[in-house]
Amino acid sequence: METVSEPIVTSKPKVKKNSSSSAFQRIFRYSFVRLITLFVTVVIGVYLTIMIANMGGYVDTIMKAEIRERITISVANNQAYKNMPKDQLNELILERIQLEEKRMGLDRPLVIRSVNFLKNAMTLNLGRAVNMNSDAGSRQVRLIILERLPYTLLLMGTSNLILFFSAMFLALALSRNYGSIWDKIVIALTPTSSAPAWFYGIFFILIFAAVLRILPFGGVMDAPIPETFIARALSVLKHLILPASALIISTFFLSIYNWRTFFLINSSEDYVDTAKAKGLQGRDIERRYILRPTLPYIITNFALMLIGIWTGAIVTETVFQWPGLGRTIFKAIGLYDTPVIVGTTIIYAYLLAITVFLLDFVYALVDPRVKIGGGK
Amino acid sequence: MKNFLNSLREIRKYPSAIVGSVIILALVIAAVVVLITMPYKETIDFWRGGEESWYANPRYAPPKWFNWFREDKLAESFTMKDTESEEDGVVRVVEERDEGVKMITETFAFDYDYDTFPQDLAIYFTAQYDQKQPFVSLKWLTPDGREIKVASFAVSPKQTYRFIQDEKLKSKRLNGIVPNIGLFIDPEDPNQKVVKGTYQLVVEAVTFEADSNYTAEFVLYGQVYGWAGTDNLRRDLSIPLRWGIPIALTFGLLAALFTSVLTMIIAAIGAWYGGVVDALIQRITEVNMVLPFLSILIMVATFYSRSIWVILGVTILLSIFTGAIKGYRSIFMQVKESTYIEAAQAYGAGSGRLIFRYLLPRMIPMLLPALVSAVPAYVFLEATLAVLGIGDPVIPTWGKTINDAWVDAALYKGHYYWILQPAVLLMITGFGFAMLGFALDRIFNPRLRGM
Repeated sequence: METVSEPIVTSKPKVKKNSSSSAFQRIFRYSFVRLITLFVTVVIGVYLTIMIANMGGYVDTIMKAEIRERITISVANNQAYKNMPKDQLNELILERIQLEEKRMGLDRPLVIRSVNFLKNAMTLNLGRAVNMNSDAGSRQVRLIILERLPYTLLLMGTSNLILFFSAMFLALALSRNYGSIWDKIVIALTPTSSAPAWFYGIFFILIFAAVLRILPFGGVMDAPIPETFIARALSVLKHLILPASALIISTFFLSIYNWRTFFLINSSEDYVDTAKAKGLQGRDIERRYILRPTLPYIITNFALMLIGIWTGAIVTETVFQWPGLGRTIFKAIGLYDTPVIVGTTIIYAYLLAITVFLLDFVYALVDPRVKIGGGK
Repeated sequence: MKNFLNSLREIRKYPSAIVGSVIILALVIAAVVVLITMPYKETIDFWRGGEESWYANPRYAPPKWFNWFREDKLAESFTMKDTESEEDGVVRVVEERDEGVKMITETFAFDYDYDTFPQDLAIYFTAQYDQKQPFVSLKWLTPDGREIKVASFAVSPKQTYRFIQDEKLKSKRLNGIVPNIGLFIDPEDPNQKVVKGTYQLVVEAVTFEADSNYTAEFVLYGQVYGWAGTDNLRRDLSIPLRWGIPIALTFGLLAALFTSVLTMIIAAIGAWYGGVVDALIQRITEVNMVLPFLSILIMVATFYSRSIWVILGVTILLSIFTGAIKGYRSIFMQVKESTYIEAAQAYGAGSGRLIFRYLLPRMIPMLLPALVSAVPAYVFLEATLAVLGIGDPVIPTWGKTINDAWVDAALYKGHYYWILQPAVLLMITGFGFAMLGFALDRIFNPRLRGM
């Protein structure tokens, strides 16, 4: 279950004939209410993530135990304290533990800290990681995320864009000759999409890496790193083929099937029949009577696909050792690194909220039947 | 209801639905058989028993059906105990001498018709005695009538003799050839081919006390083992493959059933009451969409509990308030306006009755395909968590087998069977439910009919 982006059904505002207020006022009021709702949603979602990432305080217990153990061992191993009396040593250990807990903010209760976390998160002040650091050595969550982002964008961007456009255009072609042998093959292959990408990844690694030995098992670049830029790019491309194909194939046939069904339903509308009766060209009907009215839906899917890129693919990246955001999130969870987990969630939440907000306006632009804030 | 059953009969027109149903039925039967024949506790104890349970198995042995596809047959593993009967090829002759001294001669006879050599040979002894240890000497009789003296030694209460670790046997009696090869070839033959036929291992023992006795177990570690092969810890992979069936089905079916039914009920309640209740459900759904599903599951598994039941509960909890709730809600909104609802209201039906007896039954045709189609996702989810290394720590499952193989770099080392078998089972299960689900969707979803 790697695709987190479940389509959000935004209620399409209905047409209302007699609007008493001016268009500007109506749009303004609608935007305001919508923004507030979305903001509250994001706040609650992020706060929940913060609480879950701390397991309601349980992570504090783990971290305190860790600090205690680390400091006790470091003091015990220190030659300088070897001759110190026992009670003085214990006092020293206790003092250091308190200092360390204070440094990590563990001396204050979680409820207070979580509000602080929330405030920082909402203002995109992502803070410092607890245990992780970027390859460049920084503890800044922002830098850790930025360092991993290009790889995720490369992998998810390539696969999602190829998937989106190839599936849509193939589906359009299929809906044109529906009932053909290709149509039947695609329908028969649709159940293949029930398996997740990592599953196909394992098969691809087996075939192309283990048996045929033509593509690498995983990673992002050959070692030693090639010298010229072109050689490096080719190397990355070679490593990209398997994970990207796994991501594409895992939803390919279902996407085609869904788009095809969607186009078929829309091409059975009365106005399409009318257009056919008028004797319009097939291409014209497709462009003006099928694609145009379905544009809002297509745009919604495209936008959700774009923000879905952000989260990366946790398992596929782990299986292919692709150094993207998904693998970083998985690592962060393993290291109880709450700031990194929350950092990735908050950016996703913001992207989602902004997209949902903007989509309403895009609908109004592309679909003359839609009027912003015209509902109610 | 009659309509519903009529529609169900349409399944026969969809070959994929028939294949899917047959797969599901077979899996359910297999799951029941597994649950009856392999009790939970014994299986788990045996599986986690370490060398104690698994000493008699070869490491990294592929399954024996590999031989069906090979010209040169790989040796199968087997175990022979001296407590077994003569029909199994074991003969035990006891000869009483004076002063409690006994001469015991055991012969382990077995056919060796394979083209490759075994991984190893071993005898496991146990002995009971007061003061003086029993003394054994081992002889190897080849099909072409040669006799090779293997070794002689006194037996302690628990002793293992491994043939390939015996340097003396290798250098003195087999011309420096490793025993697992040297014992099976004709020394004159330059090609070093296996001499096929019946081999005999003769154990001649002397016990020196009246109560003294010993047992011997001869193990030939072959190149293949059982129907599923073994892993790096010599464990029989057929156990997780078989136990994986009920686990995958339980997790997939329970998660799908609870999420789809609860989603539908909550959508119906929201649509019926409207107002604050509806708004609350809508807002919860939106918040839930912001939450990262897989990350939260990983967090729960890492921080809190890896038990499959906890994960199942969290999965259901997070999957109730999803986009599906909005889809159902819009349909309920339409149904709510129907005249039959109005009629029921007119004669005084309460809200509970209206929701459960009037609104929900109308949705069963929509529920069924959604439920069946959701199963594969949950089956694979369980495997996904296991592959990430956070599966249930106790229960052997398909996903855990893949994870074990992955951690051991099985693909890199070429032990493909280790990953392929659970993967194929996962695939069959997933595709079976998906095929039936898609067909049901096409039957019950009026908009898809004929498309």
